[in-house]
Amino acid sequence: MLTTRKHTALYAAHLQQHACMVDFAGWQMPLHYGSQIAEHNQVRNAVGMFDVSHMGVIEITGSASQQYLARVLANNIYKLQQPGHALYSCMLNAAGGILDDLIVYFVAENHYRLVVNAATVTSDYAWLQQQAQEHRQQQLGAVDLQLQLRTDLAMLAVQGPQARATLAKIFPTVGIEIMELKPFAFLVTDAYFIARTGYTGEDGVEIILPATGVGAFWNTLLAAHVPPIGLAARDTLRLEAGLNLYGQDMDSNVTPLESNLAWTVAWQPEERNFIGREALQRQQAQAQAQTQAQAQMQTQIQLQDQALGQAKQPKLRQLIGVVLEEKGVLRHGYQLFVNAEPDTSTAVGDITSGSYSPTLKQAIGLARVNTPIKEHYYVEIRGKRMLAKVVKLPFLKKK
Amino acid sequence: MNAHPDELKYSETHEWVRIDDDGHAVVGITEHAQEKLGEVVFVELPDEDISVNAHDEVCVVESVKAAADIYTPLSGKIVAVNEDLLDAPGLINTDPYGDGWLYKIKIKDMDEYKQLLDADDYKEITSEDED
Repeated sequence: MLTTRKHTALYAAHLQQHACMVDFAGWQMPLHYGSQIAEHNQVRNAVGMFDVSHMGVIEITGSASQQYLARVLANNIYKLQQPGHALYSCMLNAAGGILDDLIVYFVAENHYRLVVNAATVTSDYAWLQQQAQEHRQQQLGAVDLQLQLRTDLAMLAVQGPQARATLAKIFPTVGIEIMELKPFAFLVTDAYFIARTGYTGEDGVEIILPATGVGAFWNTLLAAHVPPIGLAARDTLRLEAGLNLYGQDMDSNVTPLESNLAWTVAWQPEERNFIGREALQRQQAQAQAQTQAQAQMQTQIQLQDQALGQAKQPKLRQLIGVVLEEKGVLRHGYQLFVNAEPDTSTAVGDITSGSYSPTLKQAIGLARVNTPIKEHYYVEIRGKRMLAKVVKLPFLKKK
Repeated sequence: MNAHPDELKYSETHEWVRIDDDGHAVVGITEHAQEKLGEVVFVELPDEDISVNAHDEVCVVESVKAAADIYTPLSGKIVAVNEDLLDAPGLINTDPYGDGWLYKIKIKDMDEYKQLLDADDYKEITSEDED
């Protein structure tokens, strides 16, 4: 297979900053610029910038765009009542499987902008076009709906407690507006689209701008003492914040209900028939029925282990946070067990994302487990079972 | 700093070996290996007094981003392990050829040692790794 090595407009800038480059979804991206932990701490304590130009920007325009997005997104586009606001949502297939998680920005009347994951840009765009086609076929008469994949833009995330104050100085004419920007709100100034969103659990903004101007803007930020941060720190920052990574913690085989994202599924209004709705409703009903059946079974005194073993496994699994109580590091794919000693029992879950938390200085992980959820599990690491405690997400509590 | 000291022997799997005054071999991971791995946050050391065969996985060095299996370049008996690493795993990054050593092994077969790479050969391997 031909491997593509796509470069963002900042490729040379990364090399100049001595970045260790890696392949990410076909893109050559900076993993770190020397120290992953120092970069992580820089964002937690001050401010840093990430080149996220590999992410996809798709514009949806036309008078049918809102109605169309009400169908393709699991969260409710009608929550965005005026331009300048954004919403986090999953995009589902008919089975309720997550095709991607994205942010939709209400740019102007009849104009929405989607920011999607780098690895899924192509499949998302194909899916969106296919749904647009079906939308047109279902409506009689002409439908005003256009999709455009932008390849002329760059994107920088400036994150950390000092992020907005730093940007307010760089953009003095809209400095007050930047300081007053609400979470998930955005503003546009000249060619800069500045949104108070991010993927680090810290305050900060994501800025979309023409790729032709990003080199100069990068240098402006460097001069303002905003150092570059690599993908490695981005991963530990988002994990501490309990944020899922698409392709790792979730994919098209699982639903938002199994991914700690039930809060992003808008059931109301009931008449909004988004793609995946029926499947999610079925899954939820099934899980409730099984919970009731289990409760009934547990009241029967004669119930023996054997019968419990034969109880049907609940279909609905859940994504939870665990911290390792012993020395070691949690990794993707490690299996979770109920028993402390290696035995023949089957695993009840697995780690989807695991790492060492630079802030908490212990191993943390997201795990997808069978329900009901236990208070602790034993994670098998190289043949040994290690105690892990279930914790409420995010791992890092908001200051 | 010399990335690969001339007085050491090296394995293709990025371990180094030094013969100590007592005739036993000290093993660690190379400057190149620690750099590739990134900041080490956890080390799982071998048990003392166990006998191992060359190319066995004997310990694990974990950075924030990955776990790396460490293969012993030599057969023999583990006679000491660097317990300082349990509380200060970062020594592997700051001093890979000194305080960041992993374990000491009583060599079973000197031929295995002689067949290890010298610094120049190892340098060649690591330069192929670049790119």
